[in-house]
Amino acid sequence: MKKSILTFLALAVSVLFSAETFARDQINIVGSSTVYPYGTVNAQRLGESGFKTPTYNPTGTGGGMKLFCAGVGVEHPDITGASRPMKSKEAKLCVENGVTNVVEVMWANDGITFSHSNAAEKMDLTRAEIWTAMAAKVVVDGEVVENPYTKWNEINSSLPAYKIEVLVAPPTSGTRDAFDGNVMEKGCAAMGYEDITGGDDGCTDYREDGRIIEMGENDTLIVQKLVEDKERFGYFGYSYLKDNGDKLQPASLEGVDPSEESIAAYEYPVARPLFIYLKKDHIGVVPGIQEFAQMMVSDEAIGSNGYLTKIGAAPMVSELLSRTRSDVDTLAAFDVVACAEKKHPLKDAGYAFSGKLCK
Amino acid sequence: MNSLNKRLSAEKRFQAYGLFAVALSMFFVLILMWKIFSTGSGAFVRTTIEANVFFNPDFIQVNQNSLEKELYRASYVALADEVVRQNHPNLNEEQFIKVREMYTRKFDYQLRDYLLDNPDKIGQSIIMKITASSDLDQIVKGNYPRDVPEAQRKINDYQLSVLDKLTSEGKVSSVFNFWFFTKGDSRDPETAGIWGAVMGSLYALIICFSFAFPIGLLASVYLEEFVKPGKVTDIIEVNINNLAAVPSIVFGLLGLGMLIGVIGLPYQVPLVGGLVLGFMTLPTIIIASRASLRSVPPSIREGALAVGATKMQTVFHHVIPLSLPGTLTGTIIGMAQALGETAPLLMIGMVAFVMEIPGGPLDPATGLPSQIYLWSESAERGFLEKTSAGIMLLLLFLIIMNTAAVLIRRRLEVKW
Repeated sequence: MKKSILTFLALAVSVLFSAETFARDQINIVGSSTVYPYGTVNAQRLGESGFKTPTYNPTGTGGGMKLFCAGVGVEHPDITGASRPMKSKEAKLCVENGVTNVVEVMWANDGITFSHSNAAEKMDLTRAEIWTAMAAKVVVDGEVVENPYTKWNEINSSLPAYKIEVLVAPPTSGTRDAFDGNVMEKGCAAMGYEDITGGDDGCTDYREDGRIIEMGENDTLIVQKLVEDKERFGYFGYSYLKDNGDKLQPASLEGVDPSEESIAAYEYPVARPLFIYLKKDHIGVVPGIQEFAQMMVSDEAIGSNGYLTKIGAAPMVSELLSRTRSDVDTLAAFDVVACAEKKHPLKDAGYAFSGKLCK
Repeated sequence: MNSLNKRLSAEKRFQAYGLFAVALSMFFVLILMWKIFSTGSGAFVRTTIEANVFFNPDFIQVNQNSLEKELYRASYVALADEVVRQNHPNLNEEQFIKVREMYTRKFDYQLRDYLLDNPDKIGQSIIMKITASSDLDQIVKGNYPRDVPEAQRKINDYQLSVLDKLTSEGKVSSVFNFWFFTKGDSRDPETAGIWGAVMGSLYALIICFSFAFPIGLLASVYLEEFVKPGKVTDIIEVNINNLAAVPSIVFGLLGLGMLIGVIGLPYQVPLVGGLVLGFMTLPTIIIASRASLRSVPPSIREGALAVGATKMQTVFHHVIPLSLPGTLTGTIIGMAQALGETAPLLMIGMVAFVMEIPGGPLDPATGLPSQIYLWSESAERGFLEKTSAGIMLLLLFLIIMNTAAVLIRRRLEVKW
């Protein structure tokens, strides 16, 4: 008996040590659940072209950055997907752990739609109206008060008399980050909240009287809830709207409807670029990393009838796209050290997202 | 007399409450089952379109004498396009793209697999049932309405007219979807299968069993038979009972910190998943095993000791075999619980898009419940039925395991 126990222990230990030297020939991707549908479709295409199909672990943008920046070596992921640019804090973590050879690939755009059921009346909203409906404290007659509104027509009499009820994503979600930054903060500024209070504290605080309902990251559930009650609104990525066109319609924002064109031109106000970050030190160790990125920015993927465009990614303007393509082809390293100091080459380029880079 | 009637009617009322409670829970179970079965049954069939396939050697660059390896490596993409063109003659380029979209994107693999099984068909024509794309499949199954405006549909009016023509010619039919049971995950719902997740869960459960069962058994035998009860054993007992109630995600965190962080095991592999599930199942096994050791009457031990057996012989020759049915039952129930766990897998990365079917416990994999979770998150309508079908399969495995536990107890347990 003693012998068999010892054998078992020896076996267990040997398994552990063999795992230490465990090599990998399959790309490991982590990161944003917004990038997940695109990343996995692209992974599948890479698999069909002869490489092993990469795995994609939807940890969320923040979680992905943490894993990605944890170090160099096959036990760490090779690529992370992000629905917002890397933050300076994350760049710092990367630098601390020796992950300094990174390629930033800004590969497409995504629009966040503010949608409701097809059965409802089509609505044209401004960001000021959305903020006024959703914020905890709003501006009424030049004063900041607790949000008194219960129906959309109380905010603007031309809107239907629907009750105010919005389903929102949890605070950890990249979609919520983008919505808060592009809708709530802009609406807040438009209403003059900062002039009254002297700061933007509280701009992105949602009201807490039960009209803003926090849902999980499960967008399918949000779609179901929106169909149940046509007066409810919810926000999510453009790809979801595309797949549920029989059930949902988007509200237009500032008079612009979300579409591939309006998102690419950043005319639609809640458009944001999507990223993947490659670990350059893994290229040549794990096969297919550069090829994965090249496929993702090819015309076949994000051209007008591309396989990623078809499921909801909006192409980028050509100057940004050619910049990204040359970055991928030459593996131009992205300056993580500068990013940790909040510097980025596109910071002053004047794009709608420029302010967010390495924030 | 009066008080007797009162007491009797109180009893009747109590029984009515009990019946009501049972009926209510049955009602909820039935609703759940009905919902899962009605949405999930669609995943077991797939829509196919009958087409005339001519295995033109020019398109696949092979001939009658080609080796199997050459047949496997050849590209069938051009042939697939040609099959569509032949079966829908006189299409302009735009119409061709639309018609091609009605078939599954990768039906070149279907052609390849057929030719590998029937290499003599090169240069011949056959009638083949080609899988339709998921969007078309959903329209045919009625899961996606046809009567909404064209802009809101993924299948446009032209494609619908082609579909109606094919239907009237009797070329559209449903076949049993073997792929669901044999393939790994895919981003095309029509080719997505659950087998990769089943294998991932299987490897994890094997690791879980081979880790938790021996350790659990030895721990409980030592605690129950050898050590003298005292303060220390009390503390251990309280801790084991406590561990059994710890939320499973905590074990996931332990796995992430210890196994992946300190020991350096790879991320998202069944080895780590199985060990984590093993940590989780260990207290359950120890508790069940100790209970069944305790139920072995002292006369057995005393009998063995009286004829000169050592303590160890007594335990290993008599007590453990007699207590094994109870221990096994507890183990199987613990493993069934582990099979349904998602939270610990989430922490160690076994919730991921993994297309390749894992070949061992060190290959990246996902588990059954995590596959269900991933499908439920997907936007494509075709994954809705896959989600429910996955749940049905998971329920089936749970029923099998729990039935096995009951049978083992019935058959083998000795009543004293």
